[in-house]
Amino acid sequence: MFSLLRSLWEVFKHAFHPRVTIQYPEQKPYLAPRYRGRIILTRDPDGGERCVACNLCAVACPVDCIALQATEDEHGRRYPEFFRINFSRCIFCGFCEEACPTYAIQLTPDFEMAEYNRQNLVYEKKDLLIDGPGKYPDYNFWRVAGVAIGGKEKGQAENEAAPVDLHSLLP
Amino acid sequence: MMSLYPLLIIAVVLFVILNLAAGLIWVERRLLALWQDRYGPNRVGPFGLGQVLADSVKLFTKEDWIPPFADRAVFVLAPGIIVATALLSFAVVPFAPGFVVADLNIGLLFLLAMSSLGVYSVVLAGWASNNKYSLLGGIRASAQMLSYEVFMGLSLLGVVILAGSFRLTDIVEAQRKVWFVIPQFAGFVLFLIAGVAETRRLPFDLAEAESELIAGFHSEYSGMKFGMFFVGEYIGVTLISAAIALLYFGGWLGPILPSALWFAIKTLAFICLFILLRAGLPRPRFDQLMLWGWKYLLPLSLLNLLVTGAVVLALS
Repeated sequence: MFSLLRSLWEVFKHAFHPRVTIQYPEQKPYLAPRYRGRIILTRDPDGGERCVACNLCAVACPVDCIALQATEDEHGRRYPEFFRINFSRCIFCGFCEEACPTYAIQLTPDFEMAEYNRQNLVYEKKDLLIDGPGKYPDYNFWRVAGVAIGGKEKGQAENEAAPVDLHSLLP
Repeated sequence: MMSLYPLLIIAVVLFVILNLAAGLIWVERRLLALWQDRYGPNRVGPFGLGQVLADSVKLFTKEDWIPPFADRAVFVLAPGIIVATALLSFAVVPFAPGFVVADLNIGLLFLLAMSSLGVYSVVLAGWASNNKYSLLGGIRASAQMLSYEVFMGLSLLGVVILAGSFRLTDIVEAQRKVWFVIPQFAGFVLFLIAGVAETRRLPFDLAEAESELIAGFHSEYSGMKFGMFFVGEYIGVTLISAAIALLYFGGWLGPILPSALWFAIKTLAFICLFILLRAGLPRPRFDQLMLWGWKYLLPLSLLNLLVTGAVVLALS
């Protein structure tokens, strides 16, 4: 009986506690920097697309919401011809970001993507691609990768030794 | 002209009670939110008061569906009963000296009778829904009402002994010197518990128990029929609060302020207490509820009656 009265009193005291509600549209909630929200495609510091269309994100995606088509430009750089994320299926798990070998696909602390039309939730490459490098401002895949592209021969990447002349290895 | 005066009173009482019942939905949600460190409905209109309007528009425009397996006539009738009985009980409630629809000399009995007739609504709704959960809710409600009705009446008899009348205006006038809550404190506590059980509010809402009976007796109801149960429940809460204010806290008696305002303040305070009970207490098991009613509260109310009678006899 007294425990009932005590709990009533404890509940009543909450009338004078501050409220925990964040009045959302006027008052924005704090989102951690690594919050998993809207997905973006980033560019490397030189302004080129980071995405090499390796399809790892599409494979890692548990709900199969990523679709892309790989192609190559005149320099031999692979890039996606189209890159499509269906956000009506996306569960914002961040597996694509973890799978990405070039830091191209990243999740951002933005969740305000509501649409009246379901079709508008399908984001094309022009909706996904941003102008900056996102979370890894200095990383440039093509500068560290040992792949030859136009304007960069083998051996010219960072920390890459010059290619060995196979004929000099003869015993 | 004099014959129009009672009609005016009826119109005012109906207007106030029905609007209060609708407004209480907002009050309850805001108060529950306050005690749970939330805001509650605060978007529609000032302080979210427009929520009342939005809710009623929603209830009126919703599809009013009668399940094909239901007993149609009874199904439609049941929600009306609860509102009708609760509103009828307000006929004997004196809001201020002279401002009462019918000042019956058995006002208290009428009030008890009407509020217990309300159980028919719940039982018939549960029965007519032709649904196991609804029926269980209806059965629970009838058992609960029967066992809590008994000592509800008995706990009130202490007040009747002290006032020497069943007429509610006489009972209020008898509290000029001291409110009956002081000589009848045990009776007040017993009546409060019985009153909560009578309105089937938490912690005694075993008839609807959403976690076990999926809203019990009104799980098949939709639209305004469901709204009628809602309104009936809030009118019931207002009625029991008004009854507590009248019987134990001196009704309209109070200094300075106009008498109707005193009555409103006291009634609203008890409505808030009802909401606090809902915010703070868990629902007991059904056997615990029955055990409490018959083993503790009934003997206590008999004892209270005995002691009150003995004291009044000794003093006279």
